[in-house]
This record gives sequence, structure tokens and C-alpha cells, in this order.
Amino acid sequence: MGIKPNSENTPSTGGDIKLKSGREGLMGWLNPTRYGWERVSYWLQRLTGVGLLIYFIGHIYETSSLVNGINAWNSMLELTQTTGGHIFLLLVIGASTFHTVNGLRLIFTESGIGIGRPGRPDYPYDATSLNYKQKSGIWVAMLLAAIAMLYGGMVMFGDVS
Amino acid sequence: MSEETNKIKLKVYRTNYNKEESPHYDEFEVSVKRWTTVLDALLDAKSYSDSSLGIRYSCRMASCGSCGMKINGKPRLACYTKISELNDQTIVCDPLPSFPRIRDLVTDFTEFFSHHKKIEPYIHNEKVPIEVVNKDDLVEFKQTPEDVDKYLQFSYCIKCGLCYSACPTVATDTKFPGPQALSQTYRYMADNRDSGESTRLDIIDDRHGIWRCHFAGSCSNVCPKGVDPALGIQLLKGHLIGITKNDKKIATLRSKEE
Repeated sequence: MGIKPNSENTPSTGGDIKLKSGREGLMGWLNPTRYGWERVSYWLQRLTGVGLLIYFIGHIYETSSLVNGINAWNSMLELTQTTGGHIFLLLVIGASTFHTVNGLRLIFTESGIGIGRPGRPDYPYDATSLNYKQKSGIWVAMLLAAIAMLYGGMVMFGDVS
Repeated sequence: MSEETNKIKLKVYRTNYNKEESPHYDEFEVSVKRWTTVLDALLDAKSYSDSSLGIRYSCRMASCGSCGMKINGKPRLACYTKISELNDQTIVCDPLPSFPRIRDLVTDFTEFFSHHKKIEPYIHNEKVPIEVVNKDDLVEFKQTPEDVDKYLQFSYCIKCGLCYSACPTVATDTKFPGPQALSQTYRYMADNRDSGESTRLDIIDDRHGIWRCHFAGSCSNVCPKGVDPALGIQLLKGHLIGITKNDKKIATLRSKEE
């Protein structure tokens, strides 16, 4: 009773055995818990990336209102001067700071820099690539994003100019 | 000396697609000791509560890689996971994510192995005699311990599929080779007996290939053998973009007389 794939990379339904896909799909990466800081960083990098892309499109729409005259531009600017607009901009500040700093970390790690070298693994098998040197880049990115949001909040909601 | 026992609840994912059985969880109460593994508990439930429980296992010592399953939300080997280390009175066992499900906790590894085979996981070297007719023709490669250290850790892979099921890219892309196959590509690239680097790099340098990895590190987080697939993959990427060099010198052959 053999199980043979329909093609090289698709799940098999061969023989008389019925199979059901166990692929998690989007839910597979939406849950960042249980796999350590690198998975959290992966999740945040994607969320902030998608968020910034949406912001970028909105930003082009916002600035393009200038071609409709100064009144259209001013009414568009008023949207950002509300409490909701300020909170949205705070999220943009946090997202862009985290995405930039963590992106720099990823440029190094994904080039094989700062993740250690292969060696003989010893129990309890702590992975060299998940070392604190590169992991600290995630914490720095989070910290800088928090500081940038704090300063942005003080400028928008407080007296700092 | 009697050892303290306590009772835990084992929640096991059950289904049988051949009998149109809808997925559900069955609960078993099992007595466990300090050193009881999840596999021990499952076998206890199979022996004394429900003999139809579908589990795949063999060596019971983290060498064969057969008993991979999702235990309390994370891919682990059932034989290598002690109940006591989970710090929970309820142990939930699901089949490995990203693998097609056959029955209960048993999954199909056909797709996983096809990715592994695709990267041609064997030594490519024209100097190796394909067929040894005469025993006197037997030869071996000269390798120093330092040469071996460059790939040894990746050769400890037992193909249990835990890294594959933890990978967030595998979860959304069926054509992505996955951490196991990619780390084995690095294993052969780092091996100075092998000269098939360009062949394998052509295979993985693809739209659905190595560049879909974004260093989520989950593969290394769950690996029970210390293979660290994420390390191999990032080093391979560095090599592909020319940052890290693979300056290996192909090992020479030593004849029997030498």
C-alpha cells in the first residue's frame, strides 16, 4: 500500500489512502509566540512592512491632493491634526523606526554575519544562529521604536516643538 | 524507592479521512512519573484505553525522527519531550503542521522527502569511482578534523520534519524547499569531498527557493539535534551574494596503499 505524490511538490492522495492538507497557511505566521524573539521579529517586520506600504500609498494620495488646490491640501492636512490622525502617525513613526533598525540587523544576519560559525553541537543544543549578539538587534529596534514614538507623542500631544 | 506519580490529561487529535471521520480530540487520563515522555504517555493510552490510536514511532531515543508531532502548540519529538518539562497538567497532541494528515497523529512525509531529494543530497565528485570492481581499487578522501567540523553539525539531521513544520514560509508556500533541504545544501557545499556546489545552488536559487527565508529562526528553535538549519541557510545566502566565501579545496583521494 504505497503513498505516491501526484506531482513532485503536491500532497499525495495516491493509493487508497485519503490525505488532508495540514498546511497552516496565514495562521502559520500570524502567531509569533512559542518560537522565540526571532519569530516575533519576523512577524513585526512583516506587519510593519505591510503597514508602511499601505501608509506609502495613502501618503501619495494625500500629497497628490495638492494638484486640486490649496484648499484641498489644507482639508487633507486637517485629517492628521485630529487625535486619531496623531495616533495613526505615532504608529507610522514606530513602524518605520522598527522596520529600519531591524532591517539593518537582517541585512547582516541574512548575509551570514553575526550568527556564529558551524561547530560540534553539545547538549542542550542551543542554536548558534539564535545568539544574543544578533538577538539584541531586535531589542534595540524595539527600544528605538518606543523612544521615537514617545518623542513623536510629546511633539504631537505635548509642548515639545 | 517508589517514585512520585501524578495524573495528567492527554488530549489527542483524532481523525480518519478514510472513514470520513471528522477531526476531534479524545481525552485520556494517564499516570506519569518524572521521566515519563509524551510518547510513553501516548503508548500508555494506546495500550490501556484505545488501541486504535494512530502514532508513528520507532527508536524511542530521538534517533529515527518518526514521532514528531505538535505538543502543546510546538513541534517536538514525543520521545524526547518529558511531560514534566511542559509544566502543564493537560498535554495536547496534534499532527505536525504543514504535513498532509493521514490518520490521528500520523502525517505523510512524501512532499518533505521530495524536497530533500531535489537538492541531490549525496557527494558529487567525478573522482569517486561509481563502481568498485576490485577491492584494491578502494579509495578514501583525506579530511582533517577541521574539515569535518565545517559540515558535521548539519549531517546530524534525522529528517524528523520539526523544522519544516515550524517554518512560517513553508506554511504559505508549497514550493519552498524548507529549512531541512536548504541546510543540507549548505552541508554538502561545506563538505570538501563534494564538488557539486553549482548544481545545487542552481536548484535553490529560485523564486520559491532560498530567498523566501527571512530568518524567523523557528527551525533552529525546534531542532532536537542541534543542527541549526537557520545558520546553514544564512551562511548559504551570504555565499550566494558573495559576502561569505567558501574557499574549500576539494579533498584528494588516498588509495589503499597510501
